[in-house]
Parts: sequence; structure tokens; C-alpha cells
Amino acid sequence: MSPALRAFLRSPAGILGVALLVLVLVAAASADWFFPRDPLSLAGRPLQWPGQNPRLLLGTDNLGRDIAGFICHGARVSLLIGLVATVVAVGLGTLVGAIAGFYGGWVDDALMRVTEAFQTVPNFILLLVLVAVFGSELEVITIAIGLVGWTAPCRLVRAEFMSLRTREYVLAARGLGVRDAGLIFREILPNALPPVIVYASVVMAVAILMESALAFLGLSDPNIASWGNMIGAGRSVLRTEWYVSAIPGVAILVTVLAFSLVGQGLNDALNPRLQAV
Amino acid sequence: MTVHHAGPGAPLLALRTLSVRLPKGADREFALRDVSLQVAAGEIVCVVGESGSGKSLTAMAILGLLPGRVTLAGGAIELEGEDLAALPPARLRGIRGARIGMVFQEPMTALNPLMPVGRQVEEMLEEHTDQPRPQRLARVLELLAEVGIPDPVAAARAFPHELSGGQRQRAMIAMALALEPRLLIADEPTTALDVTTQARILALVKDIQRRRGTGVLFITHDFGVVAEIADRVVVMQHGQVVETGPAQQVLHAPQHAYTQALIAAVPPLAPPTRPAAPPGPPVLAVQGLRKTYRSGGVLARKRVVEAVRGVDFTLHQGETLGIVGESGSGKSTVARMLVRLLAADAGSIHLQGEDLLALNNSDFRARTARIQMVFQDPFASLNPRRRVGEIIAQGLRVHGTPRAEAEARVAEMLALVGLDPGAIRRFPHEFSGGQRQRIGLARALAMQPSVLVADEPVSALDVSVQAQVLRLLAEAKQRMALSLVFITHDLRVAAQVCDRILVMQRGLVVEAGATATLFAAPRHPYTQALLASVPGRGWEPGAGATPPARAE
Repeated sequence: MSPALRAFLRSPAGILGVALLVLVLVAAASADWFFPRDPLSLAGRPLQWPGQNPRLLLGTDNLGRDIAGFICHGARVSLLIGLVATVVAVGLGTLVGAIAGFYGGWVDDALMRVTEAFQTVPNFILLLVLVAVFGSELEVITIAIGLVGWTAPCRLVRAEFMSLRTREYVLAARGLGVRDAGLIFREILPNALPPVIVYASVVMAVAILMESALAFLGLSDPNIASWGNMIGAGRSVLRTEWYVSAIPGVAILVTVLAFSLVGQGLNDALNPRLQAV
Repeated sequence: MTVHHAGPGAPLLALRTLSVRLPKGADREFALRDVSLQVAAGEIVCVVGESGSGKSLTAMAILGLLPGRVTLAGGAIELEGEDLAALPPARLRGIRGARIGMVFQEPMTALNPLMPVGRQVEEMLEEHTDQPRPQRLARVLELLAEVGIPDPVAAARAFPHELSGGQRQRAMIAMALALEPRLLIADEPTTALDVTTQARILALVKDIQRRRGTGVLFITHDFGVVAEIADRVVVMQHGQVVETGPAQQVLHAPQHAYTQALIAAVPPLAPPTRPAAPPGPPVLAVQGLRKTYRSGGVLARKRVVEAVRGVDFTLHQGETLGIVGESGSGKSTVARMLVRLLAADAGSIHLQGEDLLALNNSDFRARTARIQMVFQDPFASLNPRRRVGEIIAQGLRVHGTPRAEAEARVAEMLALVGLDPGAIRRFPHEFSGGQRQRIGLARALAMQPSVLVADEPVSALDVSVQAQVLRLLAEAKQRMALSLVFITHDLRVAAQVCDRILVMQRGLVVEAGATATLFAAPRHPYTQALLASVPGRGWEPGAGATPPARAE
């Protein structure tokens, strides 16, 4: 077992995070098994409280949809959006940050101005603009969320590259005749990754929250069972049947918490200063 | 155990069978084991040892500044008869600074960068005395003058980065002396300094000891420094005192095998007599090499540093050419330009008749095998995430050597540098500094270069390891018909290794010549100053010593 994995398993935050994440994953994986019906279809009389009907464990919302089934199917959507958006954000951010940090000079100046242009617009406003322009299909939303979140990983990677590029082992590789691509991807990137991996968990949590916020405003894809959609639907009955919004809210809370805790565990495991005696 | 013969009366400082325990899981149970030593007033005691010997920890233990989880496990620390080990932390704080002054290795990090130097010295007085402000300020200037800072008023107002390294260390010493402590602890105070600055700081420490009768506990790894200032010497190894005695006795007739081995590993300052081999054909010809660093952009203030201002030299086949100089002389810039890690502004570098600077990047990349570099820092020069086998084979693979052939070469190189063949599957952190430096050397040699540029290859190593790596370099040079450019600040090493030497100062070569001639009759004042500053130059290591037994 690698020392990093061992350190991760020693961190209580990491273990709790993994446990919660497993819970969410099981819900997502078993959705078709326990709730084979379309989660968007009518399951019974609207607005039944949880426990009121033994067949509908968590009750129904104001459109008569089964909340439990909706939550399980929604877990898939949330995880998918979180994962893909994170890959887009971290991938793009890493690439741009690596090039800016490695070459410096005018390349860095140009790329950083682009990054700053993105950063000056509040993330959520930018997301609304993108959705307004390109529509609200699931794919568009996911990529849009990724696009608004790439600047922070980009700056992180750039800073790492700027400090690592003058390390002697990088100079040595350059002296051996290694090309720039080899230096960037094989010499520097593996050493720059640990903080990025830790940060990716934050990006993932933020991506899930962003989709929920969009859905709450009714701007997400209405044809998918996303947690935000249900919170948005429950808004109109918030004062009497508060559980319609609260249950998917708890699901979001648990998922975001899981990713944050995993991130903290990774930080403990990958941060060598904490690992030292 | 040591005997009590520390002059009249009680010693100023006495450690009695001091033991310090390391946390569980460390490589040994005790960092210090039964360490006993004494410092009398007006005496300089040098604690000397290699890395991991526990010499710095001894200082930390005296000051009550042991890192967390490292604990005192027994023994006494008596300062003028009072046992510091038994005192509560609050009392110790009053003793640190007031009765024990401390000087650290790196004055840049030991001083607060955001506070003027004078204010930092004044803080010491403010903390420990009730002198009124005007009196404190006068005292600060007096102290700065006493440690030999030329313009105390200006220095007091300056921030640490505005002073030179030597000035900063003087300011640190002024701080340590502010409260007139009877005991001064100096932990490698000159290691980060240039050799001429080091000589002046050593003279200052000696002067303070003589004028004030301060007892000095001086921690160092350098036997040259010991020869320069020590009255008595304590030699440490693996957390234990292995030998202690008057400086003359330890330096000239060491008793313990470890001390003998350490002293035998110190390179003598006199160059060995070499057979005057006829110079081979020139391999590397450098002409008019220049480099100017410019920083700042459209909005920032422009700064221009002329690092190298026109350097010419020729390296002959089979020769070792030394480039010596202090920090800022431009010697490392020259090294990096030779392998094109830095772009030269002007000049030419002809390697076997071909101008490297005229090549474009991909043509140069194809020729990197012919000129290779060895770096200074054995911990930074190997990628921590790659296995040793990959590191050594890297250059070969880049140049298209088939895998099987590359692997065979890696095995050959490991054997050449004296490492176990199993090393290929291990990661750099599993090796010691000396072993890592051998891996770095194997990486360069695997390319079968004709010229090897070694930038301070042994400066970061302990003296005994240093000797091994130098021997290895000499062997490799013989076996592989290498020509060597050897950059160093250490004149002892240069004397042993180099056939010819260039002395650089502020970007210019001020003197060049055969090593023996240059050491015997330096012509340029700067060369003379460098040679005069080598610590312990009057001491001939090994002279009068019994033949060294093998260490370990």
C-alpha cells in the first residue's frame, strides 16, 4: 500500500467522506433496481408526507412524483454533472495553467489576461449567460459549468509550474535533450498535481451546487430528474409541505460534504509537510 | 566521559550526560546520547560533525527550543551552575537572549524582512531591559559599530534585504550581543557566506570573545573553520561525543578513528604535484560569452544585472578546468550557458569545432549527449516521482536508444558509480545525499558526453562523502575520456581536482592559470584575497596525524 493511501486512511475526514460518497454512489447505482419507473412520472396523489404511504417512503411532491425515486435518479445526474464539469474545468485549467507557467513571458501575459477576463465576471452570471445563449440541455449545462470554473485550477497549476520549472531536475531533463512537451507532462505535471487533485473535489462540489441553483431558477434541463429541479418545484409549497424542498436539499448537502471531506482527506494524504513526523 | 578541567572556577556552560529522545518511528531512538561538554568564559568551543550528528540539536536543547515531540530524556544543562533543563519555559525565555546569545546559519531567514534592522536589535533591549528609548537607540548604533558595520546609522534604518549577506550576519551578531550575554551559541554562522566574508565574520567572533570574555559554542561541519578559531573541539557522530580535546591536539593528533577519517577527508589546500601532461587538442572553446539579466516590464522598474561580461577560455581534451569565485561572480551563469539552459547574449561556444550557440533548438537537442551537466543539489536534481532506472535512462530514451540497450547502459552506469543494480526500481528519496549525487552523475555519464560541466557537485555533501564523489568523478573521467568544467567556490576542492583554474569576479575572469602556479603565486589581488580567506589555511590536514583508519 502506498504511503499516500495509508495516510488517507488515517484521516477521519477522508474516511467519513468516502463513506458518504459510497452512500450516494449506491443510491445512484441502485436507482433502476428499486425505482424502475420513470422518476418524472406520476406515482400517486400529490403532496403525501413521508411515511404517510408505505409504498412511497419519502412521500410525493406537488406533481405527485415519488420523492425517493427522484432522489436516487437525481444522484446520477448530480454525480454526472459534477464529474464531467470537473474534468472540463480541471482539464482546461491545467492545460492553460501549465503552458502559462512553463513558458512565462508574453505567453503567460496573454493567457493570464484571458483568465482574468473570465474571473472579472461573477461565475454564476457567466453561467446564466452561457445557458441563455446555448440553451439548457444537460450537455450544455455541464460544459458551461466546467467553463466557468476553470480559472481557479488554472492559477493553481500556473503557480506550481512557475516554481517547479526552475528545479534542477527539470533543468537536468532539459539538458538531456527532453522536449518541452516531455518536460511539461512527464517532469513537471506529476509533481504539480497533488494540490490540483485536492482542489478538484471542491470544483466538483461547486459544480453540483451550481446545477442545483440553475434548476432552482428553472433554468436547468426540465426533462431530467435533478435535485435542483425538485427544490425548484417545491418552492411554491415551501411553507406547508417544506419536505419537498428539504429532502433534495439534504441530498445535495450530503454529496457536497462527501466531496469536501474527501478533498480534505486527500490534502492530508498528499501534503508532505503534514505527513512528516 | 569528559573530565572537568575548564579553567578556574565553574565552567560557564556544562552539559552533563545530556540525552534527547526522538519520536517513535524515527531512524534512531536518541538524537543525543550522553553528551557532555563544557564551555569556559572566554573560550571558543567548536562542535564539529557531519549532518545527522546531532550538533545543531545540541544547541537547540541548550536553548530549550527542541522541536515538538523531541524531548529531553536525561542529563543536565548547567549555565553558570543553574540547570536549564529543570526550568519552566517562562524562565527560559528570560535566559535566551539575555544570558545566551544565538546566531543562526541563514541571516536572511533569521531576520524579519519587514522590520528595519535597527528596530530588530532594539526589540531585544525593549524586551529584556527598561532602558528609555533614546538610550536604546544609542545602544543599537553602538552595537552595530562594534560588529564592524561601516555606517551604523544607515544600517539601522535599512531592511534586511538591503544589506549584504555579511552585513546581515553582523547585524544578527549585534542582536545576539545586545544584552551582553556571557555565552554565545553560533550554529554554522558562516556556512551561507562567501569565503572572504566568512573570514571577516570569524575574525569578528574571535575579537568579541577576546574583548568581552564571552564563551562561544560554535557549531560547524568545516574543519577549516575549526582550525581557524577553536580553542577546544568536540567531535560528534550519531548523537554521541566521540572525541574532545584542545584544538591543537584534535587537529594534529586525533585519537578516535572517526575524527581521523574526517580530517583525512578534508582536501589539503596545496595542489598535488601532477605529471605535466601535454595538453590534448581543444574540445571546448568559449569566446566573448556575455549575459545580462533584465527584469521589469512596461510598468515595473527596470533592473539590469550584468552577470557575465565577456568570458573566454579553452578546455583541452582530458583536462579539468576549474571556475572559482564567490556568489555573484557569474560562474554558475557560465555553466548554464555552456549547456544552453540559459541563452547567452553574445559570444560563441565551440564544442569540437561546432558553435553551439549558432544551432537552433532542435539541432542543439540532438547534440546534448556531447555536453552534460551535474547539478549542485542532490535533493532537487532528481525528479521525486520517477524511478532511478527511468531517471538514468531518460536521456538515452529521448535520443532514441532502444529500451534493451538503454537498460544495459543503466546497469553499466550504476556499476560505474558504485550503486547496487537493484537501485533502478527505487525512488530518489530512498537514497542518501551522496548516493543521489552518484545517480545524477550516472544520468550525465550514460549519455557518454565528451564534456561534463559540474556545477558545485560536492558543495552540498558531507566531507567524507565529498571525497568519495570526487574520487568517483576522477575515475569516470579516466575511464570515459572526459573533459571537465568544474565550478566551485571551495578552493580546497579546486586545488585537488583542477588542472587549470579561472578565477571569476563580478562577471569577469580576473586570473587564469595552472593550479599549482596560481596557488603558489597568485597575481591578482582578488585571487590573493580568496586564498588568504580559506579557513584553516595554516593547518595541514593529516600532518602529524596517525594514518587514518577507514571510517564506518
